Amino acid sequence: MRLAYYPGCTLKTTAKSFDISTLESSKTLGIDLIEPERWNCCGTVHALSKDDVMHHLAPIRNLLRIEEMKKTGIVEESKVITVCAMCYNTLKRANLVFNSDSDKVKKINENMENESSVYNGSVQVEHLLETIKHQGWDNLRNKVKIPLKDLKVAPYYGCLLLRPRGLGIDNADKPSIMEDMIRALGAEPIDFAYKQKCCGSYHTVFMKERVADLSYKILNQAKIAGAEIIVTACPLCEFNLSHRQTEIIKNRSEFKEFPVIYFTQLIALALGLKEDSMVFGENKTDPRPLFKYKGFLKEI
Amino acid sequence: MSYSPKIGVWLCECGGNIGDVVDTQKVMDEIKNQVQFVKRERYLCSKPSIDTIKEIIKNEKLERIVLACCTPKMHRETFLKNVIEEGINPAFLEIVNVREQCSWVHKKDPEGATLKSLDLIKGAISRIKESKELHTKQMHVTQEVLVIGGGVAGITTSLRLSEYGLKVHLIEKSPSIGGHMIQYPKVFPTLDCSQCILTPKMASIAQSSNINLKTYSEVKEVTGSPGNFNVKIWVKPRGVDVEKCIGCGECSRVCPVEAPSEYDERIGKRKAAYIPFPQSVPSVYTIDFDNCVRCGLCAANCPREAIDLNDEGKIEELNVGAIVLATGFELFDLTNLVNYGYGRYPNVITSLEMERILDVNGPTGSQLIVPKTGRQVKSVVYVLCAGSRDTEVGQPYCSRVCCLYSMKQAQLLRDRGVDVWINYIDIRSPGRRYEEFYRLTQEKGVNFVKGKVTEIEPNGEQVLVRSEEMMLNKMMENVVDLVVLSPPIISSEDTAKLSEMLKVPIDEDKFVLEKHPKLDPVATKRDGVFAAGAVIGPKDIQSTTAEAEGAAMKVVNFLGMARIIEANKAYLARNELCDGCGKCKKICPESAITIVEDKPVFNEITCSGCGACIPECPQNALDQEGLTDIQIQTQIKGILNDTKAPLKIIAFVEKEVVYTAIDLAGLARLSYASSIRIIPMPSLARIKLEHILYAFSYGADGVMMLEAPIHEGPYGNAHKISEERAEEYKWALEDYEIDSSRLWYSRVYVPDWRKLERIFNTFHEMVESEDPIEGNQRGKILKNLLKIKD
Repeated sequence: MRLAYYPGCTLKTTAKSFDISTLESSKTLGIDLIEPERWNCCGTVHALSKDDVMHHLAPIRNLLRIEEMKKTGIVEESKVITVCAMCYNTLKRANLVFNSDSDKVKKINENMENESSVYNGSVQVEHLLETIKHQGWDNLRNKVKIPLKDLKVAPYYGCLLLRPRGLGIDNADKPSIMEDMIRALGAEPIDFAYKQKCCGSYHTVFMKERVADLSYKILNQAKIAGAEIIVTACPLCEFNLSHRQTEIIKNRSEFKEFPVIYFTQLIALALGLKEDSMVFGENKTDPRPLFKYKGFLKEI
Repeated sequence: MSYSPKIGVWLCECGGNIGDVVDTQKVMDEIKNQVQFVKRERYLCSKPSIDTIKEIIKNEKLERIVLACCTPKMHRETFLKNVIEEGINPAFLEIVNVREQCSWVHKKDPEGATLKSLDLIKGAISRIKESKELHTKQMHVTQEVLVIGGGVAGITTSLRLSEYGLKVHLIEKSPSIGGHMIQYPKVFPTLDCSQCILTPKMASIAQSSNINLKTYSEVKEVTGSPGNFNVKIWVKPRGVDVEKCIGCGECSRVCPVEAPSEYDERIGKRKAAYIPFPQSVPSVYTIDFDNCVRCGLCAANCPREAIDLNDEGKIEELNVGAIVLATGFELFDLTNLVNYGYGRYPNVITSLEMERILDVNGPTGSQLIVPKTGRQVKSVVYVLCAGSRDTEVGQPYCSRVCCLYSMKQAQLLRDRGVDVWINYIDIRSPGRRYEEFYRLTQEKGVNFVKGKVTEIEPNGEQVLVRSEEMMLNKMMENVVDLVVLSPPIISSEDTAKLSEMLKVPIDEDKFVLEKHPKLDPVATKRDGVFAAGAVIGPKDIQSTTAEAEGAAMKVVNFLGMARIIEANKAYLARNELCDGCGKCKKICPESAITIVEDKPVFNEITCSGCGACIPECPQNALDQEGLTDIQIQTQIKGILNDTKAPLKIIAFVEKEVVYTAIDLAGLARLSYASSIRIIPMPSLARIKLEHILYAFSYGADGVMMLEAPIHEGPYGNAHKISEERAEEYKWALEDYEIDSSRLWYSRVYVPDWRKLERIFNTFHEMVESEDPIEGNQRGKILKNLLKIKD
């Protein structure tokens, strides 16, 4: 299955491990992800602009690239797969607006003079978790080489993967998609109070302490619930939950480092891929000691 | 020559109310050649006038009577009673409304009013010639009642009916009656011991010779009709012979299997051979076959040999006249409210679980502890509206009792020295002694926090409750031992199933729909089926018992009156034409038609007489008693033939709601065009295309269909159908080269009467501005119609 893949900026910079593990594990699952030759920012940085048209231009331009790929036969379906929660949200919302608000469509198209064609609205925006779900959890389960037996994993959804309602990938109040994935990998999903709470997002730039506080609550609740590791689908969540541990440890001597990784890294591990497909070394909080202790990774 | 009955016509002047506008002498002159007798009276409704009518009927041997006077809603009953005394069948009395519809509304146009009165009387004369005798029927009603649900509502209704002397079958799905009420240790606002007041009533049920109590049983099937329902009861496999068991409990003592106790909200345990609680009625044990390991110890130890582990249950059949739904409520599944952590944290429980903990005989042995951890409880937060009044995840409505029962529990906790906070959005304590109860709760030192709880998270062995405190305008964090959630009260799945079985509609909120939410609150939309208690919405015990008493009275009334079947039913008039297609059955809004051996059979009790099925028949095989196609046709003809009126509009109107609105317009002396000639109909779904075509062919310039709102009035269920038909008729008119704008359709509410003036005048002006319909065009339509008839 050849599908278009929109990585987004972070996956090419601070979240390379997310990018690599996504591509490698997808390949093993029979999904060939093809990056468009040319793409731009998903548009999320304009999210706060007062002008409602502005932050739709960038995502629509990206969707236009996908339509072109479909036209030239590079990909099989008019669909784009993304893993970053922020990109997913931005692309999907723009697509929804494009398909429901004709006034906006007019304005958007007026600003597309540099493009050779006009976006038709045909592209379907899908998160990789949905793609795997559509393949069937059994498909994933059957491809697992190292069942993650007895590993207690807390899925952390954050905000944009589930909200706003109707845009999210699962039930906003009672999500289960990550839990299902964790179960398919042989691990045990841990339910905890803060799995949908805000990580503090961009406040991490100017309000480190506030974000450290929020991150502590999330990490602590996962720990209380019995989790050994957190998986997430958002580079910003991953960043906050792992990098802010520096501040947490400084303030709370009892706090021990807690591993936070991307869900694709966990999949890659269970699929028995090589260590350079998971790139655990890129994570601020190194999960390798845990995995070695559990016997999923060989001792060096 | 066909038989021509002797007809008498009376004209009322109503003082000057009619006579000052309508030229009654002219009307009399015009019709005197058409009938045997014509007379004018100053006040037709006065005693001397009525006596005169009676005398003349006798002397002149009159057979049919037409009275032109005020609205039939005014004096029809009086006139009818008197002419019946002279041997006139009710079908042979016609009232023509020349006051509200003529003199009062056409004061400025006496000539038009006179012409219109004349036309309406002519219409009635034509119609009455085609009338046939009508006879109402009486129906046998089975003097037995089925009560579904053995909670406080079902218990109260059953007792009252049995006291009255009726045979009652009380069906309960669990092993004992008592419902939710028996689970509460105390009830608000009196803090009565709930078991002390309910147990005697339960015992009376067991002892009453008029009550056939069937516990551990469910209704499987209901057929038949109001007054005569056939019911199949599924008596679930209980493993214990109810007749033999003496309730000694030997089986339970030896039973090796434990299962969660439903009575204790699954906090405590019971055996697989069990009795739900000591005061159970009947005092008979039950084998829970889902958990039973079939070791046989119980059977071996039963001194009465009452146990049969191969029990397969059985079906029993009942025949009852009426049914009372008292299936109560369930609680919303709180695991859907993720942020409150129910099911995740041991110290977050439901209010019903708290009721059990507060019971001295409860699963914790009257200790105030967190059931799962055994930890002592010294502080409690109540979360009101944990899902109620929530349009997103929970239920949009108020569950009505949560404020009060939480206060009750809070008082009981305060009496034991526990710190209590109640988080509320609004405290709702209307009702006698309830506000006082609220004050008493405050006086006992319960803390009321105005602010919705946003989230609950574990905090060591306690929980942290985060909420707003709107009074202080700040966020509040409260670390306590236990959180009690008040879940929405919802209708049960069983109720949904029953409603389908009984053809009783439920509302958007899944609770049973009342016949009228204000004026008939314990009757359902189906005759002979009544409801009481929480099955028609969340409510307290006081209101529940009041409804239960009311439902009993409704049943007595329903079964006590010989049921009179009005002679207004649809029937298969031309048997040979019917091909059994079943379209009538499909359209019938009352589900009154069944197809037996390829022919429709009309249930005379359920048929409302709306007439919706008749136009639906592609074979033209159906007709209606008292409102035959030929009656409608001749009335139209009578009104329009030979009239001198320049413009004629036939207005078919629904005869209850819309007709009343038209009367009110008359009463207010509104003024509209005299071209409007009104013909009442049960529902406009009775109108066939041919009726409209007849109107045009006989000279109408426009036709109006004024329907009542959907579900209002006795034929309300049919009012939706007419709207769709009117659309079709408009298209069909174009085929006859009649502009579709000449057919008007709209809905009229009673309070809309003021609007009628505008509606009538607008349509009149619209029709007036059109070119007149040519005579040969009308002829063509008529020729076509007559061809269809052949």
